[in-house]
Amino acid sequence: MRAWLLTRLLSAAWVVLGVASLVFLLIHLVPGDPVEMMLGESAAAADRQALRETLGLERPLLAQWLGFLGGALRGDLGQSLYNQQPVTALLLEHLPATVELAAAALLVTLLVALPLGVLAALRRGSGWDTGAMGFSLLGVSIPNFWLGPLLVLLFSLWLGWLPVSGRDGIASVILPALTLGTGLAAVLSRMVRSSLLEVLGEDFIRTARAKGLAPLTVTLRHGLGNALLPVLTLLGLQLGALLGGAVVTETVFNWPGIGLLTIEAIQRRDYPVVQGCVLLIALGYVAVNLLTDLLYARADPRVRLGGGA
Amino acid sequence: MGEKLLEVFDLRTRIGRGPRAVRPVDGVSFHIRRGETFALLGESGCGKSMTALSLLRLLPPAGRIAGGRVELDGENLLALTERGMRSVRGNRIAMIFQEPMTSLNPVMTIGSQIGEVLELHKGLRGDALREKTVELLDAVGIPDAARRHGEYPHQLSGGMKQRVMIAIALAGEPDLLIADEPTTALDVTIQAQVLDLLRDLQKRYGMAVLLITHDLGVVAQMADRVAVMYAGQIVEQAPARRFFDTPQHPYSRRLFQALPDSSKRDRPLTVIPGSVPPLDRDFTGCRFAERCDRAWLHCRTQAPGWFDTGADAGVLCHLFDPGLVPETAPEATQEAGAASPEAPAESGSQPLLVVDGLQVHFPIQRGLFKRTVGHVKAVDGVSLDIPTRRTVALVGESGCGKTTVGKGILQLIRPTGGSVRFDGDELTRLRGERLRKRRADFQIIFQDPFSSMNPRMQVGDIIEEGMVAQRIGGDRAQRRARVEALLQQVGLRPEHAGRYPHEFSGGQRQRICIARTLAVNPKLIVCDEPTSALDVSVQAQILNLLKDLQASLGLAYLFITHDISVVAYLADRVAVMYLGRIVEEGSVDEVLEDARHPYTQALLSAVPDIEPDSGRAIIRLQGDMPSPANPPAGCHFHPRCPKARDECRRAYPPETALSPTHKARCFLLP
Repeated sequence: MRAWLLTRLLSAAWVVLGVASLVFLLIHLVPGDPVEMMLGESAAAADRQALRETLGLERPLLAQWLGFLGGALRGDLGQSLYNQQPVTALLLEHLPATVELAAAALLVTLLVALPLGVLAALRRGSGWDTGAMGFSLLGVSIPNFWLGPLLVLLFSLWLGWLPVSGRDGIASVILPALTLGTGLAAVLSRMVRSSLLEVLGEDFIRTARAKGLAPLTVTLRHGLGNALLPVLTLLGLQLGALLGGAVVTETVFNWPGIGLLTIEAIQRRDYPVVQGCVLLIALGYVAVNLLTDLLYARADPRVRLGGGA
Repeated sequence: MGEKLLEVFDLRTRIGRGPRAVRPVDGVSFHIRRGETFALLGESGCGKSMTALSLLRLLPPAGRIAGGRVELDGENLLALTERGMRSVRGNRIAMIFQEPMTSLNPVMTIGSQIGEVLELHKGLRGDALREKTVELLDAVGIPDAARRHGEYPHQLSGGMKQRVMIAIALAGEPDLLIADEPTTALDVTIQAQVLDLLRDLQKRYGMAVLLITHDLGVVAQMADRVAVMYAGQIVEQAPARRFFDTPQHPYSRRLFQALPDSSKRDRPLTVIPGSVPPLDRDFTGCRFAERCDRAWLHCRTQAPGWFDTGADAGVLCHLFDPGLVPETAPEATQEAGAASPEAPAESGSQPLLVVDGLQVHFPIQRGLFKRTVGHVKAVDGVSLDIPTRRTVALVGESGCGKTTVGKGILQLIRPTGGSVRFDGDELTRLRGERLRKRRADFQIIFQDPFSSMNPRMQVGDIIEEGMVAQRIGGDRAQRRARVEALLQQVGLRPEHAGRYPHEFSGGQRQRICIARTLAVNPKLIVCDEPTSALDVSVQAQILNLLKDLQASLGLAYLFITHDISVVAYLADRVAVMYLGRIVEEGSVDEVLEDARHPYTQALLSAVPDIEPDSGRAIIRLQGDMPSPANPPAGCHFHPRCPKARDECRRAYPPETALSPTHKARCFLLP
């Protein structure tokens, strides 16, 4: 188990290094002169030279790379070109909003997807199944930039129950979380349904029934425990995407998270901030995937204890 | 004999709805007394498992019970509510299943899977629950039960898992245990252990057992009374002794005749022609009439009634109707004629295949950098000769490496060491195009004919593919003609070439696979358990076909199997493998009649004999075969060997020649 954990940690470290290097190269991959892109064509030559020196673009590439990695390790990602704040401070300022939204959206996803998927599997072929899967199809096909305004129209403008946008208290997180959660729940409930259906056809379910256990016990104790294993993997990927900042949703609701920061930074050609955002998003993915692996091992003894048929 | 525990009257089960509903159980009646073992015998698809599931009302979703009564101690189970039924399941009637590998929940500890029955039916909690669980694990012979209690199913071997299943069944202290093919998925030495255990527990707890099986040998070892099922009905019922002495129904008699053994070597096995009829239609006459050699017109027009032939015995057959005199019912004459022409002995001829010191090792890789930390020595020094026109059987239990030997010979897995000389060529040194060309000479037939054919290809294309790849058989028209000839040669019809594999029965699919190998005119065919997925009557057809082809085409077979009776019928020479090495080799008579290695002796004695109480001493092996990644020091067999001595722990025994053709590796031999 410890060797396994070490292997996972080491491979995660490799991914982070790779991402950091790609992010570093971002500035050099921009077509043309990055400084010109940032300042615009009409900038004065002195300003350009000053920026070039601030960014250290005069130094050899290798030195720049090592400098960037060293800085990143110390938590120094440079300064924003727009408002001169340290990038790290900007990220930390926006991170709580994103974590809050991700947690709320995940809650919505689980609360919707699990009951819906289980219900559809247990009542396979019935109206419940058709209804649940119809909802799921709808959820997948409605884009967030349309669902968001629709919810705003209904709950904020017509009913006046919830704020339109911004981040101000618990009420303001509901609509963005619903918007994000619906799409994810749609995918996840399908996964829960098909996975549970598959497990319910297994031999050990027959064994459990032959023991005289009640149907609910059979489904929850023997069925769901096994059915959630593949669901966990998907959930990890989804949570990674949530932490990476739901760019569209954050923009629609003017939610001050990482997604919004990224969009703004791109619009302002604030490259150091863009670099910081991308790095943070990648870190989020890696962290969540590591967590998923650990949870998976916790849930499946065949992974935890190795070997097995 | 005790009182009646379970009585089943005219049980009828349907799967699906409407006129095309399948009727796997169609009017079944029997009873089981307290403490006895009642065997339900039949081939696959005859409805025996569905009967068992109907008793517990555990049918698949599309199934329902359409009629009849099931009385447990006088109480009709079919009239109980679902809740009432749940207090019967696992409590008064428990069941164990065929596949121990998949019948346990992989994410729960075995202790908690046993414990939940105790909790549900016995109301045990906490320490008492744990204590009782450990006691049950102990009772089913799981060593170190207190520690094993917290283990997961994947940490146990197949035999151990079936013991856990039995412990789960015992937990409710049931009056009746239904065992559905309890040992079919297990090796023969493990099967012997599990059957012993079942017998012991039955005595100790006074349970009745409903044993469902297709294996006449298992029935002979276990049953007090036997019922034979065919196409959804019980066609014969009798006390076990009487059944094995004088089976009555034509189907029962054919089953016995289709069993391969050494006494039938020089003639073809009696086969039951055709296959079980589909159960989704009405029958006008006897369901077995189409396949029966004693059927006359009456059998086809009128369904037979049940005729008692003695105490607890009866038959569903017109032949036993005292009011009817059969027009012509000639006793089936043994088709002793047409004895397969004895293959001419090729004295002094070069063996076709010479395997010397074959090794196949698989590296075990661990950690971040996939370091090789050891080797699984699947095959570790196997030497073997196969002459033309001869059958050499390679016998052993699962995991002993016999399939890997086959693949290593065919170069489907490249051997790690040793030499494989085929017709003078060293195969291990052949590469690329030269090896590919040579492959026409040695072909393979697999255990599962369905999964070894591409389901999206037509049968004709499947057979032709080898000829195309080897650029033989002339132009397309000539190849198609050859495909048709091959289909006829294996007992199918030319028009079958245009169909797909799923349209055929298991036996027919294996015929197609045989035709596919014959297409490239091989000299050697490796047969890897070619009949172990087939029913006895179909197995007989395939064995006859293989024997005929050998005589007419001069083929050599390497026959890989775990089934001793098939070996006795078919093989000329036998090699017994244990943990990657051959421990004994000789002519079929030498090895089967005069086995000298303790493992061979144990293996042979563990095969259930169809003579009840044959009085044979059965050598019981303890434990499971060790892992080939970490074989025991010295003789690999010594930890399980009843005769092991000190020297056995120190070195691997050398080969001892017992006769010019018989050798074994054991220190006990002179």
